[in-house]
Amino acid sequence: MRYLPHTDSDRRAMLAAIGAKDADALFRDVPESARLDQPLDLPRHQSEMEVERAFARMAGKNLSAGCAPFFIGAGLYRHHVPAAVDQLLTRGEFLTSYTPYQPEVSQGTLQYLFEFQTQVALLTGMEVANASMYDGATACAEAAVMAARVTKRSKVILSGSLHPHYRETTETVLKYTGLECDTLAPDPLAMEDLIGRIDSRTACVIVQNPGFFGGIKDLRPLADECHAEGALLVVAVADPVSFGLIEPPGAMGADIVIGEGQSLGMGLQFGGPGLGLFATRDKYVRQMPGRLAGQTVDADGKRGFVLTLSTREQHIRREKATSNICTNSGLCALAFTMHLTLLGETGLTRLAELNHARAVQLETKLRRVKGLRVLGNAYFNEFAVYLGDDQDAAAVVDALADRGILGGVPASRFYPEWPELRPILLLAATETNTEADLDALVAALNEVL
Amino acid sequence: MAETTTFSGNRALQIEEPLIFELGSPGRLGIDLPEPPPVDEDRLAGLRRKAPIGLPDLSEPQVVRHYTRLSQKNYGIDSGFYPLGSCTMKHNPRLSEKMARLPGLVDLHPFQPQKTVQGALEVIDTLAGWLKGLTGMPAVAMSPAAGAHGEWCGLMAIRAYHDDHGQNQRRRVLVPESAHGTNPASAAMCGYSVDPVPATERGRVDVAALKAKLGDDVACIMVTNPNTCGLFEDEILEIARATHEAGAFFYCDGANYNAIVGRVRVADLGVDAMHINLHKTFSTPHGGGGPGAGPTVLSEKLAPYAPLPFVVHDADGLKLVEHAPQFQGEGKPFGRVKGYHGQFGVFIRALAYILSMGADGLRQASTDAVLNANYLLARLGDTLTPSFDGPCMHECLFDDRFLKDSGVTTLDFAKALIDEGFHPMTMYFPLVVHGALLMEPTETESKETLDGYIAVVQALAAKAKTGSAAEDFKAAPKYTPRRRLDETLAARTPVLRWKPGSNG
Repeated sequence: MRYLPHTDSDRRAMLAAIGAKDADALFRDVPESARLDQPLDLPRHQSEMEVERAFARMAGKNLSAGCAPFFIGAGLYRHHVPAAVDQLLTRGEFLTSYTPYQPEVSQGTLQYLFEFQTQVALLTGMEVANASMYDGATACAEAAVMAARVTKRSKVILSGSLHPHYRETTETVLKYTGLECDTLAPDPLAMEDLIGRIDSRTACVIVQNPGFFGGIKDLRPLADECHAEGALLVVAVADPVSFGLIEPPGAMGADIVIGEGQSLGMGLQFGGPGLGLFATRDKYVRQMPGRLAGQTVDADGKRGFVLTLSTREQHIRREKATSNICTNSGLCALAFTMHLTLLGETGLTRLAELNHARAVQLETKLRRVKGLRVLGNAYFNEFAVYLGDDQDAAAVVDALADRGILGGVPASRFYPEWPELRPILLLAATETNTEADLDALVAALNEVL
Repeated sequence: MAETTTFSGNRALQIEEPLIFELGSPGRLGIDLPEPPPVDEDRLAGLRRKAPIGLPDLSEPQVVRHYTRLSQKNYGIDSGFYPLGSCTMKHNPRLSEKMARLPGLVDLHPFQPQKTVQGALEVIDTLAGWLKGLTGMPAVAMSPAAGAHGEWCGLMAIRAYHDDHGQNQRRRVLVPESAHGTNPASAAMCGYSVDPVPATERGRVDVAALKAKLGDDVACIMVTNPNTCGLFEDEILEIARATHEAGAFFYCDGANYNAIVGRVRVADLGVDAMHINLHKTFSTPHGGGGPGAGPTVLSEKLAPYAPLPFVVHDADGLKLVEHAPQFQGEGKPFGRVKGYHGQFGVFIRALAYILSMGADGLRQASTDAVLNANYLLARLGDTLTPSFDGPCMHECLFDDRFLKDSGVTTLDFAKALIDEGFHPMTMYFPLVVHGALLMEPTETESKETLDGYIAVVQALAAKAKTGSAAEDFKAAPKYTPRRRLDETLAARTPVLRWKPGSNG
């Protein structure tokens, strides 16, 4: 077996050194009734070639995004990942290292985490960021818990602009913590009144910008109201490319910014693993969940990096920790930081403008589709459309897929209990869409609707 | 002391590397993009970014060199022996990486129509089938993102069950003192209080103490088995029986499941829920701290409470159930634990490993992992001080009695190993012995590697025992890109990001 180096004679020699009759003797502490005497009745080992064949067969059953005009977003965005990212990501010293608990042999990981934290703080307009959470949804839940800890209050207001998975995850996490969620209805028209819900029990308001239905909002009035009532404003961002064009939450008064970092460096991967971004103000750093890399000096006085402020974490604080998180998304953070380093200020700005331009171009072309109405006027690279009173967006998406087009996501996929959302379709456009893609979608919609 | 004698500060292959923020020059590009058309500010609600972000501009060659040099300051499994106890640093097969890059599997969006992703759902379903088959458990929640996340998921299912059965007075969780820190932290997130259970002199759960703590306010016990001392809980059946008799559940921390895959089905131990760290047991890369995946197997009683989403078979093929109402069975899912459908990229790698190994190979892997740990225990038993009698399982635990009066600590000893080209063992964990040194060799290390390591550990121990080497140990490591780092300074004056004008 190719991953196991021992020969039978190695095994015999080692058993002799141990003084054991056979390998079974090493398992003598296992109760006899629970011991399996032979391999389970499951398939036996296979060669590389056979395994490749099995995966090729499964891959062949999918319609991959690169093989179709593709307009799906809804929290995960398809951007071009430069070749250098994945090539560097597979370097064994990055790929096969553990959490950098031994800083002398982990300066590579620690330095890129320090760079990553800096980039996230700069993008979000915040002062400090951690070394990653699992994904945007869990980062959102952690932000709610942290806000309650900071304010010593128990009510969390979840905007209807929030990604439904972020909302559901947050509701689940809060279920048994003594905190309550005040969840607003899905808000495709950006009409909700958040300010009226804030009171003296409010720990935080969580909004998304651009919102789940694509709209961009000025958050300053909301931030002012939160702060006047002693609550925190938490802002979720689903596509960090948007930071290249849109005012960052930090500049609009956010206290915590969370987000999904997948769109830089990682590709879609059917939604996982993700990369939870988490940034806040310096004054809250000791209430933050997750790992932090920090700068220090070594015994020779040279600049170096370590994991720090770990008294917040579970391996020290146990049940009093700020979170139970241990394994995070280190390698995804590396992919993110490498992609962003390749982009730089100039590249990210340009990429963001290209995304926005593609979306505007798509909207313009969609005006030729009879009965279709675009909801909202200000957006980044995604918007919601209303297909008509009698239309079922899910059926439309299904019909588009039959024509080889991955034409957005129906709102009903997230909100089956809201019949009025059935005609709403979410469409995203990025730099990966060609003009021919846009025309193909418009032509197909004209056929289907 | 290793003195720098070069003009550059570099030492041959060890090249000093600035931060990216100290490398950039405005206007450079690492990616070619077309010139965008002018932005119509009206379409941005007047919210176009006003101030520059402050990111550096670099070209591709600079970026490639930057990260290559950073990688050279890291030690990975690919570099050498990594006996980090409790972390299962085994070889990460490259086939798994190759499969995880097939465009037909990864260039997929989680919200594509389900008929266009039947192959992806098959990956999830096939892996779930293996996890159920190997553990003997009837159900598995696939979406937890890591071990701690899986613990919390299992406890949430337990809490949902108790609440559903009028047992919401059950708010206490029994956790052995030797447990990972995530156990009590996860319990706290479910609104549970944590009641520690002491260990016996044999390094196992004190069953009498545990039984005395059981009662109708106990929701579950959380037992790691094999435990963090590297020992199999030989009274596990009695622990499970007593727990169930008291109306509580048995949560098993599956961090050490890699010791028993194919040799024990955890269902036969009376387990009700257990997370499986795919990044340990099934050899997906740790990636400097993640991502991992923590699918959680569940017993018949807990299965209906499994979180969303999950894959079922129906007339049209595989179906992903994303909402409770559309599920026609008896399910009462406790909610959603993260975005999308689980750590799919990790699933591909784990499944590639499992298919490669097969039932026979997986059993051999556990056997060899246990063999290797017992070999270290036997060969180092006279040199170091083993904390407990063997046989051990996949890892062996020593304490610092062998360093008594030497002036050398566990930390010093570990740092000296770095200079010898090895990654240190886990230090000071578990907390139940003094100055713990926990070694997990894994099955992918050859006898030659183990013998080389053993010789070095013996030599270092002999050196420490002379009583006059403490200073030398305290100076270690000497040959690393950085020597011991000042962690107190880092915590007292946190510098958590680069700022313009700052430098090291």
